[in-house]
This record gives sequence, structure tokens and C-alpha cells, in this order.
Amino acid sequence: MKEPILQAKGLKKFFPLDSPIPFKKSSDSVRAVDDVSFELYPGETLGVVGESGCGKSTVARLATRLIQPTEGTVYLEGQNLMTMNEEQLRVARRDIQMVFQNPYASLDPRKTIEQLISEPLVIHKIGDKRSRRKRVHELLEVVGLQSHHANRHPHEFSGGQRQRINIARALALNPKVVICDESVSALDVSVQAQVINLLKELQKEFQLTYMFISHDLNVVRYMCDRILVMYLGEVVEVGTYKDIYERPEHPYTKALLSAIPRENPEEEKERIILTGNVPSPIHPPSGCYFHERCPFAMDICKTKAPEMVTVSDSHEAACHLINKGDSEHVI
Amino acid sequence: MGDEHLLEVNNLKVHFRSGKKTVRAVDGISFKLGKKENLGIVGESGSGKSVTATALMRLIPSPPGKIADGEIIFEGENILKYSNRKMRDIRGNEISMIFQDPTTSLNPVYTVGNQLLEAIQTHQQLSKKDAQEKAVEMLELVGIPEARRRLKMYPHEFSGGMRQRVMIAIALSCNPKLLIADEPTTALDVTVQAQILELMKKLQDEIDTSIIMITHDLGVVWELCDNVLVMYAGHMVESGPVQSLHSNPLHPYTWGLLDSQITSETESDELLRTVPGAPPNLMTELPGCPFADRCVYAQDICREKKPEMLEVEENHFVACHFQTEDSRLERRGGDHS
Amino acid sequence: MTTMDTTESMNNKNNNNNEDDMEKAPNLFMRLLRNRLAAIGLFVVALMVITAIFAPWIATHPPYEMDVTKTLLGIGSEGHLLGTDNYGRDIYSRLIYGSRVSLIVGVSAVLFGAIIGTILGLVSGYFGGTLDSVIMRFMDGLFAFPFILLAITLMTVLGQGLFNVILAVGIANIPGFARVIRGQVLSVKEEEFIEVTRSLGARHGRIIFQHILPNSIAPLIVYGTMSVAGAIISEAALSFLGLGVQPPTASWGSMLKEGKDFLVLNPHVATVSGLAILISVLGINLLGDGLRDALDPKMKL
Repeated sequence: MKEPILQAKGLKKFFPLDSPIPFKKSSDSVRAVDDVSFELYPGETLGVVGESGCGKSTVARLATRLIQPTEGTVYLEGQNLMTMNEEQLRVARRDIQMVFQNPYASLDPRKTIEQLISEPLVIHKIGDKRSRRKRVHELLEVVGLQSHHANRHPHEFSGGQRQRINIARALALNPKVVICDESVSALDVSVQAQVINLLKELQKEFQLTYMFISHDLNVVRYMCDRILVMYLGEVVEVGTYKDIYERPEHPYTKALLSAIPRENPEEEKERIILTGNVPSPIHPPSGCYFHERCPFAMDICKTKAPEMVTVSDSHEAACHLINKGDSEHVI
Repeated sequence: MGDEHLLEVNNLKVHFRSGKKTVRAVDGISFKLGKKENLGIVGESGSGKSVTATALMRLIPSPPGKIADGEIIFEGENILKYSNRKMRDIRGNEISMIFQDPTTSLNPVYTVGNQLLEAIQTHQQLSKKDAQEKAVEMLELVGIPEARRRLKMYPHEFSGGMRQRVMIAIALSCNPKLLIADEPTTALDVTVQAQILELMKKLQDEIDTSIIMITHDLGVVWELCDNVLVMYAGHMVESGPVQSLHSNPLHPYTWGLLDSQITSETESDELLRTVPGAPPNLMTELPGCPFADRCVYAQDICREKKPEMLEVEENHFVACHFQTEDSRLERRGGDHS
Repeated sequence: MTTMDTTESMNNKNNNNNEDDMEKAPNLFMRLLRNRLAAIGLFVVALMVITAIFAPWIATHPPYEMDVTKTLLGIGSEGHLLGTDNYGRDIYSRLIYGSRVSLIVGVSAVLFGAIIGTILGLVSGYFGGTLDSVIMRFMDGLFAFPFILLAITLMTVLGQGLFNVILAVGIANIPGFARVIRGQVLSVKEEEFIEVTRSLGARHGRIIFQHILPNSIAPLIVYGTMSVAGAIISEAALSFLGLGVQPPTASWGSMLKEGKDFLVLNPHVATVSGLAILISVLGINLLGDGLRDALDPKMKL
């Protein structure tokens, strides 16, 4: 078994709420990430899926310590990111870069493309002006743009092109890990396909490891080797893409998959329609967070939070139903 | 005359002025919609689909936009000739719309009940008490629990999916004959989207309404629609029943669109087949087919002459010089570049 | 390799539906001039600047030269285009030289206030917390002070003269700029590209000066222009009260002061300088309005 390149253990992030009573510290907080652990192996693409409020974007930011965790640790190539000081962290960050979601908001509108792509090099004091310019041109070509684009400004480019620029910037420091936080979600379908292809090719060419965060289940299935399914700040299931898409165990995963619109007008999909809404992350339900909406909830689900159960070598899920060996409740 | 269509759009053109230039957002689309029939209008950014929806309600801001040509015939009458007053009578009443972002479509300073009542009382002569009852009825219809209590709540107290249900309740409160839904589920989570689509299907049975669904997601079209119209750069490129389009798509852009969608069939070790390039600049009047410079099958004629929408199979129309009754294009495998 | 966007479509992209480009300078100028009032404003300001620069060549007499035999001459008499004041000095020439004082005070005071105000606003908005509270309360206090009172206090402490006028007006300008910048910083710092820069490992200094500042100064252009008008009036007011520039320096405000005693019989002394103040301030305000409209990306002319 290879060593993981990135390892998270027991990550928690609670955002404290303002108390309505002045000077009194509020005991309430938004439990954005509530005990998340995962491993990222070199060369793989790990997907993180879930709906709004599940905490996947927060997990991405915790993985690079862009946000400080309330609890938990992250190891990058064996080194504990939490115990590093500013300088060490800055050096460590060279290996792990992020590509964000919004191609319109993630580029400073006042800077030229060259300035934007070379910024990581400038910040980390790598190279001189000439070598940086050369690197920028290299990177532009790698992502399918041209050198003369370097002098333009972001507003002159389309969404897909801006995302390519973001990717070029993320590659500037030759990172080992790239975290894509909904990087293709804001793009038109045909452009999305182009950028996805680009990401795949770059992964091969530069031996990159990806963490791919998305709400789009089809894209995740296509891009990812292994997938984490999150709900209300917790990981409810993890497995290879085949495990998740062909043999889902957790009722939430099943519901999620059944909600995907049909691929064929003739096909009638069997749907698990969830009732109710996502509960509040400030006051999550007792026991299993999903029990209020779960079509298969049992008594134990209301009181005891389920632990991760091994289903196979690659596949785990946190559900009481699995123990019962009775998880084939497809309607 | 049971054959009469509910809505008939002929050669609709919507132009916007930008400085001295004209943006041809919609450049000649035509379609027919029957009663209780669902039409999906599909396209990417800049295709003109949202502008079409807005034009149907005659809500195009003018200036800078204007309906430059065409007819919109609703129940036999051309609503483009209606006075503003007559149009107001129809909006919300016979033709209703739901928008993409439920967060900004509802007024944050009024309760949900207030906004629902406003919609009801604008068009129906009901006493306040009766209108209230109708409001409760509508909320229950769209599946909002504790409807009476919820009427007094403000939009921010609802989740995204619930807000969209409220929007649907408002839109349907006057039993419209036509509901225009402009990307209603794009901003919602996939499980909520499934709920909303199921709701729309259920409501269609109870309220005799036709739906025009504007979307970029073909999956939504397969779920809900009977017919589909594919738009590109303000033009129609293909239209027909969903089954025909799915099993036998004809326009190269439609091929590209279908290929770009990732399905369970897509092999993860293969690259996606993509359409190279990006949609064109809508300010220049292109003499030929708008898709010509991205189309791998393009020939000279494509750049010189605009293709017409021709019926190539039963009810299946396509605008391509090489997709006619006599000639067909061979859909190439591999990348479309 | 990868499927690329063709160069063709890239060229198309330049005219794309991205409306938010205020970057193209010729475009800005053109939009400015389309507004007729703004064009007038620009003309007035240009005139003022040229007058100030070329004063020695435009003026007909030395501004301080007194001639007690020729006091209070009317307009156009004996080679004095606008007459003379009660010391026999040529009003026209004093007016010309007075534009220098107005312009110098106007621009320097505003620059002073802008630079200090910007630094305070940047720091306050970016770091927030107690620092922000302290700075802003201090600014509020300064803001709350009636300007004249503030100026009088400062002049009493510092003494009179051109430099102190600039200082006084400059200090009074600080809170306004600080507030405007702070507001911008608060919204810019939430933008995604700032988060990106942080994720790249940038230090605060870089983020503040390279990214936040350039994106925050747009409103300053209009605000600064309007403030110059305000500063000119402030200088005139101070000089009118005798607190500003000292004789024999010609300032429009001091000319007003000198002229007010003769309003009944020789109104031209005060009127002319009053008009000069009116026209220049109006011109600057029109220009400022025009700039605001030209820079507003949402307005399509």
C-alpha cells in the first residue's frame, strides 16, 4: 500500500456564532466540518461530493490550512501542517495548490495574465523576471492558450479561458497536489468538457494528484478514482467510483444517485425522494444526522451515531443498516 | 378547434443596443406549443434562451432591448400588439414565469403570504379572507408543510428549495395556461431539483398548464419535456420530440452538446468529445450558419448562406445544409475537432 | 495535445459580452466628452490649470504692485482689464495669480488628505477588529468637528500662511477619504481572487498594496475631484476670514475680503473674485460628475 501524500485525521471546523447578548460568548456554532478523516494517495483523484452545506469546500480549505481547524491534523507527505509556523507553511504550500470555482471572481481584474500567473513565483521568490516570463509562456501553452495572451486582462477572456488561466497559475510552482473546488461548475457544458479534458491530460503529464470537489455526480464519477460522500459535515461513505455508483450502501448516497436526472427520455428512474430539508448545522439531529430524512431509519438511528463500517477493502460507510446485513432496501 | 395551438411563435427577433452596436440576442425563432404540452428550450450562455423567455412575457427592458420582428400568438391573438394594460392582465394570470434564483426573486421585506396574496389579488376578485384561503391552498399544493404558519414567515426563513416552491405557488396561483420556467432548478441541489421536478409534473396534472422549460441541462429536458428546441447564438438549430432528438440527433451542435454531457456510459479512461472554441460574438451579423466556425463538417456554403429549419423526419426539424431529406451527415467518431 | 480555443474565437472574444471594461483609456475619454456638461467642466479646469501655469505671461501687471493714485478704477480703465482694488493693484493680474493659490491649495490639501486617509482606511478595513474601531472612532471625531472651528484651531496653533492652510484643509479631508477607502476595502477583501492570493502564500503587505488598493481606488477619482472643489472653497473661506494667506499674496478669498468693504460703490472688486470661485468650483464639480458617469460600467451611452 502506498503512503498517502495527504492525510487528514479528525478534522473539525466550528464557526462560532455571535451571541445576541453582548459580551457573552455564544455556545452555539455552525458545525461546518464535524470529524472528517481521509487519505489522498499519489497520482489518484479523490472526489468529494455532497450538497450545499455539507462542508466539502471547508474541508478543501482545511486541507491546506487556509482556514484553521478547530480540531484535527493534516499531514502533507508525512509532515504535520498544524505544527508549522508561517514560513514553513509557506514553503509547504508550494506543493499543494487550489483552483477555485468562480472564473470571474478568482482573477484580479487589474492585473495582466502574466502578472497573475507569475505571482506564485514572485511570492516565493523563484527565478528572475526573464525566467518567470518564460515559465508563464510555457504554462500558457500547456493549458491551451497562447503566449500573446500574457499581456491581456482577465475581462478579455471567456469563462473557460479564465479557468485555464487559473489552472496555469496553480501549476506555476510545480505542485504535487491540486485541489479543484468546484472548478468546472460555473462553466457551460461544452466548455466544461474541454476543461475536464485539460485537467485529465495535465494529471498524466505532470503526475498530479487531485482532490476534486463537486456537487455534480456525473462529473465526479468520470474524473475520480475514489469518492467521499459528505452530509452535514461528516463523511457518510467512501469508496472507489465503482463502489459508490454501482454498490452504494448509505441511504443518502442512494438518494443522491437516484436524484440525477434521467439520461434518456424513455427511462423511468426509480427515485428515492427525500422528504424535508437539510437540518441545521448549528443544532444537528441526535444520533445519525440523516435519520430524520432517511426512508429506512430504525430506532437505533435516532440515538446512536453510526461508525464507519468496512464493506470491502476499498469501501466504507457509516450506517447502522450495514451491520444488520439488510441494506438492499431499494423500493 | 382542438387543433389550435396554445402558443405560436413566428420568427421572433430580439435585439439589444450596446453603444452603436446591435446585439442580436434572438434572431428568428419559431415554434408551436400545444395545450398541456411541455417544451424544453436548451442552449448555453449566449444562446438566447433566457431572452426568449423574457420576450414571451414582453418583459424585455426597452431601451436597450426591443422585439425587432416576429409574432407571439397566444390563444390565437398576437400579444405583441396588446396594450400595456392588456399585457398586465395576462402576466401572472394566463402566462406566468418562475425564475432561476429564488433568493433574489422574492422580496425580502415582505412575508411570503403577502407576496402570494399580491399575486392572487392582482388578478382575482376575491375577498381578503378567500384570498387567504387560496394562498394556504397553494402552499399546500406545492408541498410546504404547516402552510398557515408559513404564510407569516419571511423568505430568508425558507431554504432554497422551499423558496422555489413558493415561487411556483405564486406563479400557479391564478391557474395560468402557460408556465415559463427559466432555469428553475439550476441553483438548487440535485436532491432538491428532483423534488421540484416531481412537483412540477404532479402540478401539471392538477392544473391544466403547458410548461416551457429553459435549461442548459439536457437531463432536465428528458425528465419533463415532450419536445425540445436547441438554440445556438440566437438561432434555432434543431427541434423535435425528445425521443427523436435523443435517439437520432441531427445537428452537429446537438451532437457536441450530447457528447459533452457525462453519462453513466462515459468511459473514464477516454477523453470527452468536445466542441472546440466558444460561442460567437452576437454583435456581428454572420452571413452564414452561426455554428460554421466551430463545425468540423463546415463547407463554404455554410459560411455564406444561412441554413433554414427543415422538417427532415416527422416533426423533427434541423437547420443544416447537409441534413436534409436527401443528404445526411455521417456522425464522426472521436473528437469533434 | 489539448483541445484548444482557436485564435479566431479569441479575436471574437475581445468584443464579447463582458461589459465591465473600464480599462481602455481612449474609451473613457470619449465617454466623458459625450456628456456636454462634463466637457464644459473639463474645459474650465483646463483653463484654470493653464492660467495658473502661465500666469506671468498672461497677467498684465505684477500682482503686488500698488499705485495709490489709481485706486478703485472701474473695469477696463487705463489698461486694467478688470480695474484696480483699493491699493491700486490690478485686479485681473491678481485674479490670475490667485488661481495658483487656489489650485495649489486645492490639489495639495486633497493629496495630503487622500494619502493619509487611504493608508488609514486600508489598514482599518483590512485588519478590522480593535484597530479598525479605534481608527474609525478617531475619524468620526475629526469628521464631527465643524471645519471652520478645526481650521481656526489649527491656524491658531500653527500660525498663518499658505502651508498651514494646506495642512488645515488637508487634515479636514482625511476622514472622508478614510471612510471611502475603508468601504471599498471591506468589499474587495471578500473577493475570491483575494482568497486565491492568500492561498498562494502572499503576505499581508502584498495583498494590501498589490491587490486590494488598485481595486479600491476607483471611487477616489470622483471623490478626489469633488474634494478639490471643496478645498478651494475652504481656502477662500479661510482667507476671507483673514486666517489664510497673508497679504500681499493674492488669493481669491482674500480678494473677496478686501472687496467686501467696497461693495456699494465698487462692486467689481469682490464680484470678480467671487465669480472666479464660482466658475472654477462649478467646473470641477461638473467634471467630477462626468467622471463618475464615464467610469460607471453599467451606464451604456
